[in-house]
Amino acid sequence: MASIPDLAWKSGRSGRAGKASRVSEPRSGAAGWRSATAAVRAWPSRNSSESSEKPPRWRGGGVTEGSRRRGIALHLPLIIGTVISAFPFYWAVIMSTHSSSEIFSYPPKLLPGTHFLENLRNLFDAIDFFGSMWNSLLVAVSVTFLVLLFDSLAAFVFAKFRFPGKGPLFGLLMVIFMVPAQLSVIPQFVLMAKIGWIGSMTALVVPAAANAFGIFWMRQYMKSAIPDELLDASRLDGANFLRQYWHVALPVVRPGLAFLGIFTFMGQWNDFAWPLIALTNPDNVTLQVALSQLNGTHGTTDYGIVMTGALLALIPLLIVFAIGAKQIIGDLAKGAVRG
Amino acid sequence: MATALEKPPVVLSDAPAPAGPRKGWREYWHLYAAISPFYLIFLGFGLFPVGFSLYLSFHRWDGLGSMEWAGLSQYQYLLSDSDFWNSIGNTLIIWALATFPMIFLSMVTAVMLNSAVRLKGLYRVAYFLPNVTSVVAIAIVFGSIFSTNFGLVNAVLEGVGLDQVAWLNTPWGIKITIAALMTWQWTGYNAIIFLAGLQTIPSDLYEAARMDGAGPIQTFFRITLPLLRPTLLFVLVVSTVTGLQSFSEPQVLLQTSSNDSTFAGGPGHSGQTMVLYFFQQTFDNNDFGYGAAVAWGIFLVVVLFSIINWRLVQRRGED
Repeated sequence: MASIPDLAWKSGRSGRAGKASRVSEPRSGAAGWRSATAAVRAWPSRNSSESSEKPPRWRGGGVTEGSRRRGIALHLPLIIGTVISAFPFYWAVIMSTHSSSEIFSYPPKLLPGTHFLENLRNLFDAIDFFGSMWNSLLVAVSVTFLVLLFDSLAAFVFAKFRFPGKGPLFGLLMVIFMVPAQLSVIPQFVLMAKIGWIGSMTALVVPAAANAFGIFWMRQYMKSAIPDELLDASRLDGANFLRQYWHVALPVVRPGLAFLGIFTFMGQWNDFAWPLIALTNPDNVTLQVALSQLNGTHGTTDYGIVMTGALLALIPLLIVFAIGAKQIIGDLAKGAVRG
Repeated sequence: MATALEKPPVVLSDAPAPAGPRKGWREYWHLYAAISPFYLIFLGFGLFPVGFSLYLSFHRWDGLGSMEWAGLSQYQYLLSDSDFWNSIGNTLIIWALATFPMIFLSMVTAVMLNSAVRLKGLYRVAYFLPNVTSVVAIAIVFGSIFSTNFGLVNAVLEGVGLDQVAWLNTPWGIKITIAALMTWQWTGYNAIIFLAGLQTIPSDLYEAARMDGAGPIQTFFRITLPLLRPTLLFVLVVSTVTGLQSFSEPQVLLQTSSNDSTFAGGPGHSGQTMVLYFFQQTFDNNDFGYGAAVAWGIFLVVVLFSIINWRLVQRRGED
């Protein structure tokens, strides 16, 4: 489902997109006023309701026996859920610290073993781990940079300016949400084979360098986050379009850029289907493809290596998530409810 | 506020407005330039591909030789292709096995999270974690948890005196394993979305219900569920679109147990989803024309199924 979360994301947004664009695309007049100010007002209030949680319905006076029992009844399933969420990560740690013969023996191991370094060495012998990690990093970072630049530029234009053809162009953008990934796989492959990009990382970066979801999302964000007075003032000071973009818009929407950036990075890092097809040279692939190759060749023989590779591939994402967890979860939820 | 600015941006520029019909273009060129990267990329990798894949689906082509006009024959073959129908069946079964438990579990989780005072932030991070992991890596991990010989699931089954199951070698075992992986990955994500939906429900509604003597179950079905319907719709449609296009999970889980193609979806093709079948036809059989027809077939199934789901949830809302 590698490129699919990305797609799901797109099409998921598209559901809301139709509605939202109808509401918040005022031609002029009072309706526009109202929706714009409402949007501005909605942002901080949503934020505050997010952080200051309502007291639970059933929390009565003091801590009674009944309320304590309810607390346990509530937290026990939640803790079980947490354990289930975390367990596969723990399992990856266990498996990557055991030798294959230990893994294949019965009963299954539940505690970490001592063969991690050995597995690590075998892994580095089996695949060019750092080479493919570098490729993944290169692709994910370049795509993230380009997406942030192109999407925020386009979003700024759609959010704050009027120009001939704006309506149809934005409508087209919404339609592009719906184009399913498989439809473009073959032609994209043929096209890239013609221009010689197949096998290189360029094949992954260029098609992903700007996307409809990011533009739509940033536009919604910018519409309410950038005060028009600020833009008017900067215009009176003689700032041209690029200066307005760089000095007025970008500083204000930094949290939005962080969300889009983290999301884009993770999506690219995890992308699998297209890289599997486009990277035809097995010695020059991204980490996900290398991992799949490793699973294909060693999956039935040396499980310790495969699991060590899987574990190492998870770590960069966990770091990115640890940095941006609050941002991701908060903004994701906001976006989903607004529709 | 918006209206104040929704006027030409360069009104105050010192250049006198040039006359003539080309004025618009000159005045706005920088705006068009700013949005052009997206549209250029779209032209090359969006519009052209869709048009070309339509064109391809009416031809026979192996990707190298010359194209041959095939008329509607690719689509005729698609309709009678039992492998394609098999992949539709697999996809829908896996989707149902994953989606219904997932929606139920994520809604229950969200309601519990909404009531929990302490640790809410921690729970949210923990539940979101499965969604940020690489599908390839986690499919490998699930493959080992569900492994026939040394997997944890079978060890537990044996521990409680049940028979072992060849999870990745039997038609239902394969589907359940893939569905388990998807459920694990998306339950927390959807719980957080449901939680956000729950937080928009005004608390005085609950107050009123309590004053009227409604129990928690009644409250859930009379207040929570109806007001959560838009969120449910969102979750269902996203799950449909992603679930029906699953690729990485079955590909990684089943590539070693498939003997004819890495896209075959395991023994008897019983884990071959529609998108896997598309990749097999296109890149293993080099049948680009038929692959394009399959892609359009998938598109149609996804659109139809999304509409059906949408209608079902909507109609229930009108009752």
